[in-house]
Amino acid sequence: MIWNTLLLALRAIRRNLLRSFLTILGIVIGVAAVITMVTLGDGATKAVSDQIASLGTNLLTVRPGQRLAGFGFLGAPAFKLDDADALRAQISGIRVVAPTVNRSVTVVSGANNWATSITGSSLDYFSAGNWKLAGGRYFNESEEHAGKAVCVIGDTIRRELFGSQNPVGGEIRVKQFSCEVIGLLAAKGQSAMGTDQDDTIVMPLRTVQRRLTGNTDVRALMVSVRDEVSTDKVKKQIEQLMRERRRLTESEDNNFTVFDTRQIAETLTGTIKVMTMLLGAVAAVSLLVGGIGIMNIMLVSVTERTREIGIRLAIGALEREVLLQFLIESVVLSAFGGLVGITVAVAASAGLAYLMQVPFLFNPGINLLAFLFAAAIGVIFGFFPARRAAHLNPIDALRHE
Amino acid sequence: MNESAQPEPLIRLAAITKSYGQGAAAFQALRGVDLEIAAGEFVAIMGPSGSGKSTVMNILGCLDTPTAGSYRYDGVQVEKLSRNQRALLRRNYLGFVFQGFNLLARTTALENVELPLLYRGEPAAARHAASREALRAVGLKGWEHHTPGELSGGQQQRVAIARAIVTHPTVLLADEPTGNLDTRTSHEIMELITRLNRDRGITVLMVTHEHDIAACAQRTVHFKDGRVERDTANAGSAR
Ligand SMILES: Nc1ncnc2c1ncn2[C@@H]1O[C@H](COP(=O)(O)OP(=O)(O)O)[C@@H](O)[C@H]1O
Ligand SMILES: [Mg+2]
Repeated sequence: MIWNTLLLALRAIRRNLLRSFLTILGIVIGVAAVITMVTLGDGATKAVSDQIASLGTNLLTVRPGQRLAGFGFLGAPAFKLDDADALRAQISGIRVVAPTVNRSVTVVSGANNWATSITGSSLDYFSAGNWKLAGGRYFNESEEHAGKAVCVIGDTIRRELFGSQNPVGGEIRVKQFSCEVIGLLAAKGQSAMGTDQDDTIVMPLRTVQRRLTGNTDVRALMVSVRDEVSTDKVKKQIEQLMRERRRLTESEDNNFTVFDTRQIAETLTGTIKVMTMLLGAVAAVSLLVGGIGIMNIMLVSVTERTREIGIRLAIGALEREVLLQFLIESVVLSAFGGLVGITVAVAASAGLAYLMQVPFLFNPGINLLAFLFAAAIGVIFGFFPARRAAHLNPIDALRHE
Repeated sequence: MNESAQPEPLIRLAAITKSYGQGAAAFQALRGVDLEIAAGEFVAIMGPSGSGKSTVMNILGCLDTPTAGSYRYDGVQVEKLSRNQRALLRRNYLGFVFQGFNLLARTTALENVELPLLYRGEPAAARHAASREALRAVGLKGWEHHTPGELSGGQQQRVAIARAIVTHPTVLLADEPTGNLDTRTSHEIMELITRLNRDRGITVLMVTHEHDIAACAQRTVHFKDGRVERDTANAGSAR
């Protein structure tokens, strides 16, 4: 009996191709939208939290100028190397301090050139920034002191200048001097703000000061806080110490800013989570709209279907056989729609994740949820009108207007 | 006459009433119908429009239930049957032909005829053979794969008759089967129904407005105002 009823259900689907197609379409759109939105949101959140990990733990950055004061950066005096030493010596919660300067330059190797940014810093820079070596070595203390022309390069520089060759031991030209590549950094990928972290060259601070900036200014201090110490507390201590060192009076505002990079990243993660929920809600509405579309199709066809049920009852179908047929019919349609929806969603979110450069994370929970919801919609709107009709006297079902 | 010596008729309606609506607005479509049909009979039912012919046919076909009265089919008290048992009675013993054909749209003639057999759970091969045979019997060989939309009214009614007889029912109930057809087609359908009664011994009850069509039957029952007005044997049609 079940096979015959299955056959009846499949025939009914084939008989009403347009109605079946529209039902499936409604479910496909709803399911695909919800899954795609949530999957992309998950990917974006993952990208940001990966980012937080790669930033290094408990990292503070001190820069001259006021963050919100427009041109404040220009007027504020730069730091010097002894500012870094003072922080390291006087604040016990600090693990390492790396003084940094930056310069945008075009670097050349053989026939290749590449516009990038060179960072001059100390050995602590690598530990503060949570960098790892992929090959070669970091510069040593004597190279740092002597201001030797050596550099550690990021993965993007290797790709652009050296291609598939091993860069360690090679040379790059920076303006008028040439510099030996002694180390290659392990790739980190994009930062939370969308910049390429691997597009970087690190040299000893003194090398950059002497050869590129021509002064002893330090543009930023990267401070890594000890794990067991509160970042906020260290931030306050840094502010107090720097105010003293810069001789600011009570009435003057800070002419420097301490950024908590992790806090920024966490704010960003929060924002993305909210966005994901918002997009998920929008997508849920589209699932609902799909459901209403299905309901419409079912209601429009209820007269025809009621008469069809009347015919079936009149020639001797049992009520439960009619119900089983309609149940199978709606389950087959919505399950098929749900599966197509999941397929479309996986393809769309994998493609969009690639374009947006966020990881693609298959989320079984949302797939299952959307599928079950679609199935429920199909069954509710396909099955319950049929249940009413199948309970009528055959003649009343046949006469349905 | 000794009542108890008579065999039980196939169908016996006693004091059947049917009212539509409630209270003061209630309308009595049947006001006490008594009717006996013997197995193998061909009975025509006539009467003015609104006299309750269709109502009684629907009750006989178990498509509807009477308000009161007794309906015995082959010794079985039909009012006492459950919904499912009445469906099984329709499935196994009764065939119904409607004025409006009532075929499944966008479904081939073969699949329409096959439908009752599907509900009987018959295997595919037997189903197909029986359906083709039924279509051949109503003169539709070669039209198996046409849908109702591709068939004329007469052909659609033949498909409906094939669907009704494919289960080899005991009784064929036809409510104005030729009501929507032209005269020539009507006579072809009538010949078909007469043949089913004569050759297969199917008991036929048929509602019609046409005297010449009623003349095909052995007996004519006249309805008026929800009652049997007259019940006459047709002289000319003695077999
Ligand atoms: N579903 C219904 N609701 C209310 N009245 C009905 C219904 N069906 C039939 N009637 C009424 O019952 C009477 C008998 O109808 P019917 O048996 O169809 O007559 P006919 O002899 O023309 O076939 C008519 O007056 C009709 O209006
Ligand atoms: Mg009628």
